[in-house]
This record gives sequence, C-alpha cells and structure tokens, in this order.
Amino acid sequence: MLEIKNLHVKLAEEDKVILRGLNLTIGAGEVHAIMGPNGSGKSTLSYVLSGRDGYEVTEGSAKLLGQELLDMEPEARAAAGLFLAFQYPVEIPGVGNMTFLRTALNSQRKARGEEEVSAGDFLKLVREKAKALKIDAEMLKRPVNVGFSGGEKKRNEILQMAMLEPKMCILDETDSGLDVDAMKLVSDGVNALRDAGRSFLVITHYQRLLDHIKPDVVHIMAAGRIVKTGGPELALEVEHNGYADLLAEVQ
Amino acid sequence: MGLLQAKSDALAARLAGRTLGQGGWLVAVQAAALDRLRPMGLPGKRDEYWRYTDPTSLTAVEPPKADLFDTKGEARPFSAIDRLKLVFVDGVFDSVQSDPLALDGVEITPLADAAGTEGHWAAGLYGMLEACGQSPVERPLAALNTALATQGMMIRVTGRPSKPISMIYLCTSDTSDAILHHCVKLAPGAELTLLENGPAAARLNKVLEVDVGEGARLHHVRTQGRDHQRRAATHIFGSIAAGALFKSFTLTANGRLTRNEAVLELLGDDAVAHVAGATVGDGEFHHDDTVFITHAGQRCESRQVFKKVLKNGAVGVFQGKILVKPGAQKTDGYQISQSLLLDEDSQFLAKPELEIYADDVKCSHGSTSGAIDETALYYLRSRGVPLKAAQSLLVLAFLAEAIDEIEDEAIADDIRDRLEGWLQRHEH
Repeated sequence: MLEIKNLHVKLAEEDKVILRGLNLTIGAGEVHAIMGPNGSGKSTLSYVLSGRDGYEVTEGSAKLLGQELLDMEPEARAAAGLFLAFQYPVEIPGVGNMTFLRTALNSQRKARGEEEVSAGDFLKLVREKAKALKIDAEMLKRPVNVGFSGGEKKRNEILQMAMLEPKMCILDETDSGLDVDAMKLVSDGVNALRDAGRSFLVITHYQRLLDHIKPDVVHIMAAGRIVKTGGPELALEVEHNGYADLLAEVQ
Repeated sequence: MGLLQAKSDALAARLAGRTLGQGGWLVAVQAAALDRLRPMGLPGKRDEYWRYTDPTSLTAVEPPKADLFDTKGEARPFSAIDRLKLVFVDGVFDSVQSDPLALDGVEITPLADAAGTEGHWAAGLYGMLEACGQSPVERPLAALNTALATQGMMIRVTGRPSKPISMIYLCTSDTSDAILHHCVKLAPGAELTLLENGPAAARLNKVLEVDVGEGARLHHVRTQGRDHQRRAATHIFGSIAAGALFKSFTLTANGRLTRNEAVLELLGDDAVAHVAGATVGDGEFHHDDTVFITHAGQRCESRQVFKKVLKNGAVGVFQGKILVKPGAQKTDGYQISQSLLLDEDSQFLAKPELEIYADDVKCSHGSTSGAIDETALYYLRSRGVPLKAAQSLLVLAFLAEAIDEIEDEAIADDIRDRLEGWLQRHEH
C-alpha cells in the first residue's frame, strides 16, 4: 500500500533537517502505529505525505500503490486514496460542513473519472455516517470546524474519512484533546473502516489509543527515522518504561 | 480660491448648453437643486471626501468611451425571478420593452409624467432627501443629478405587491451618459423588493431616494453592469421611520470606476437599516463604497457589511460612518469592511468612522485586508478539492457575510451563481 524509502526532509525556509532516511512499508489492510518522543518528526511525516507547503524533500521516495506521492499535488494525493486526519483540524468560516464534504467527495470522484454523487444520495450517505459518529444535523450545517469542541473536530475528521473512503489513512495524534468517551467513539469510527483493502498509520504519543485501535505493527521514531519496529507489545513497553531506555538500547 | 474656481468652472462646463426644467413642479425643485449646487461646484480630487477616488471622469463634460460588454448570451441577473420589469436603454425608459406599469399595491409613474401632474406625491420627495443629505458632507454629484434628471421612476407602495419591481438598465452606446433619479415611497406597513441590474450607460449618475414609512419594509438588491470600462456614481438617500426596515445589497463585478454612496437616516425608534456590498475586481478597477448612517431614533439597528475581492492592481475604497445623535439611546451599530487581496498589486483603502453623542449605545467597527488563508487552502486540497476550486470556495466564503444580508434565498442564490461564474472566468 504505502512504501517510503530513505526519506530525507528539511524545512524549506531554514536549514533544519527533520526526517533523516525514513523507511516504512505498510501492506494492504494493515494497521501500523508510530510512536516517538516530541520532535522526532512524526507530524512532519504526515504533512510531507499529504503535500503541505514548507517542507523540502531532499532525498527518497514515498509510493502509494506504486504511484510516487511526492510528485503529486495535495488534491491528487487525496484522489489517489491518501487521507490525513489532522492533529489540529482547520476552521473555515463561511464554508458549510455539508458543502465542504460534498465538494471534496465529488472532486475526488471526478479526478478518478467516476460519476459525481447526486445531492439526494449524498444527503442519505452523510446522515447515515454522521449518525454512527453522533454528529447531529446542526453540526453538519455549521461552517467547517467553526465553534466545534476538540472532540467534535476529531469526530468531523473521522466523518470525512468515512465519506471519502480512502485507501491509506494517516491519523495524526487523533487522540490528543479527547476524553475517554470521545476516544472510544472516534476509535469505533476508525475500526468500522478497517478492511482488507484499507491501511492505517496511527501516529500517537500514548498506548491508550492503541487499546482501541489495535495495530499490527508498532514503530518507534526518533531523530527523523524509525529506530525500532515490533508488535503491539512495543507500545506497552513504551507506556511502562518511557522512551529513554528504548532509545539508549537502540543507540 | 483657485480650487473653488476650478470646481465651479467644472460645473459651468457641465451645465453649458443644457435646458433645465421639465415643466410643472419639477422646474422649481430643479432650480433649487441648482442653487445648492452652485456654491459647491463639482468635486475635485483634492476634496477630502474624494481623497481615495479621483472624480475627474465623473465630472468631465463628456464621459470617457466605454466598450460594450459581451455577455455571450448569459442570462441576465434575476431572470428566473417573477418580477415587474422596467427597462431603461442608455438611461431612457423604454415602455415597449417594459411590463405595463400595473401592480397591485403600487403606483409607478415615470418622472416626466409625474412632473406634469399637479399635486403629485413625488413633489414632496424628489430632491428632498438628497437636499438633507448635503449636510454635514457635500455630495455635489447628487445635487447635479437632482437638477438635471429627466428620467426615473416615481414608485409609491401602499400595499404588499406580489412580486418585486425590477429595473433593468441596458447599455447600447459606448458614449452614453445617463442621469437617473428614482423615488420610492412606502406607506406605513407597506413592503417592496426592488431589484436593479445592468450598466445603464458608459457613465451613470443615479440617485435613489427612499422614504420608508412606519413599519414598512424595503428590500433592495442590485448588480452593477459588468462592462469593464463603465463608470458610475450612485447615491441612495434613505429615511427610515419608526419600526421600519431598509436593506440594500449591491454586487459589483468589473467597471472601471464605481462610487456608491448610501446616506441613511434612522428617524424613528426601532428602525433597521442594513447596507451591504460584495465586490470583485480584476485589473483596472476602482470601487468606492461611501456610507453615512445617522441614528436619530432610539433602539435602532444599523449594519454596514462590505467585502471586496481584489486582484491584478484593483483598488477598493471604503468610507463608512455611523453618527449617533444625542438621545439615540440603545443604538446598535455595526460596521465591517474587509478585503481579500489576491496579489500584492491590489490595494484596499478604508476610513471607518464613528461619531457618538449618546451614552447608552453599542457600536462596533472593523476593517481588515488580507490574503487567502493558506492553511485552509491546504486543508481543502488535502481532501481532494483542486487548487482553483478551493480558492473559489474560500473567496465565496469570504463574501458570504455580505450575501447573507439578502433575505430572499432565490435572489441570494442568483447572486452566488454570478459570483461563482465571475470567479471561474477570473481564475488565477
């Protein structure tokens, strides 16, 4: 599904190197988690993959189903099946949540040469998906993320994911700012989307989220590369012992 | 003295060879307008009130030539809306292209006919609000209009007509110079939607005087012509009585020079006045919104919402004032003027003013100018929305607060469609 090879990234406007030769392969239907201390480059990885400005790839490649992501515009990456659930979802005053969802869905379908979804079918679909995430009609009518609580914003991200049905989902600290109940709701939403043709990369600081979204593989990231890979037990080890021992052991 | 001389010379040149007076009561009214205009002269670019907009082409004897705009068969604004159509060609009323002047609850009379009718109600309104609006700031182009107008509609509303009245201003000559003067009077409790669209002329000087009686409601929505080289100076003078409402919205896309003034007075208690504008300009484009709202009654509400999207050196101007008179307690005044600059060549000049002589009022004003929010753009693109569509979505979102001032959804949708069309044609 996703194959990242020797990825080197620096900030475009300063000489700060963030990713230093990152390698990561995620197979179809797999759930991978990336954990790591602050500043290890986790969020940068998600931004670079989704095509945010401000980063310069100096070396390496990132392929989604064999297609080079790094050569594509952000919208083309989305149409190819990549989705990033933002750590800080963006507020867009003046753009209704429904308009936003429908424009996004139909833009992607158009880019893939598929037929656009009619207004009626869209409404049916969005209501059904919103209900499962306990998103009410009022939230759908409001401008995108404006005045949403932290939990509502994260649920709205998962709603977008459910509507767009991407192949490769990256969840960037989706658990941050969530209470226990909201985390369960969001996790259930994610788990409902798990299937053999869809892969997940879950970026998190805490093992807690991984109790709900059970990963197949856990990676530890430090200083811009993956330093250790293991099964779910690796997350537990981090939770109990912190990163210091792990990193010392690697070095 | 030199400056003043130049202004009165400009006026003398403009008046040379004109025959004044239409007959009937209008002769005296127009003579009075000329009397108040003479000491003012025509505006010059050194005038404080014209600091950001050069009036030269508006005051010149001849209008600069303006190429006609090819709409390529596109439907005109409000086409889908059932309305009573009044058509003006190059500033002259065309009764053949217009609907019959008959609509329940309304009396519609062309200016010349009204002038010939002794004791016509319009004699008590024509030029009156314009004259009041000359203080504290002089508006010579409006006085010139009152003095010279031969065309316009006198509309008296006594009921609630079943459909809007729609003025359609066609332009067929690239050197046309139109002066239009409309008066609209709403009896207590009456209600009207007034639509206007089209360029009218290469150069247009238009005055609209509205007298909104107690508890009456007037909705005004206009789109100004898309001809790139057209020029316009328009004034709305409004008097809003107790419990009455006046809402005015203007869409301006293109035009070499547009100066839209609104001079509104909330006379009675609990009156409401909203004036809004959405403007999109690309290249040689200068748009000026100048608004003066006076709160005289108590518990009145006023809103000024102006949004401008500017690119390729387009210039936007906003001069907005809220004056709260002594005793106008519980006034609620709101004023926002914002511009979205799509490049570094465009500019927005804003002069918001508040002048308050009552102690229990709520007045807020804000003015900003900025670029498209890059983070929002990235967010939309990360969801698959192509760059240009994402930009259009954000531009429309920026304009939304002004468009939301239109109460009628079908009319608001028409305006949104026009803006979407414009954005598609003017993509980066």
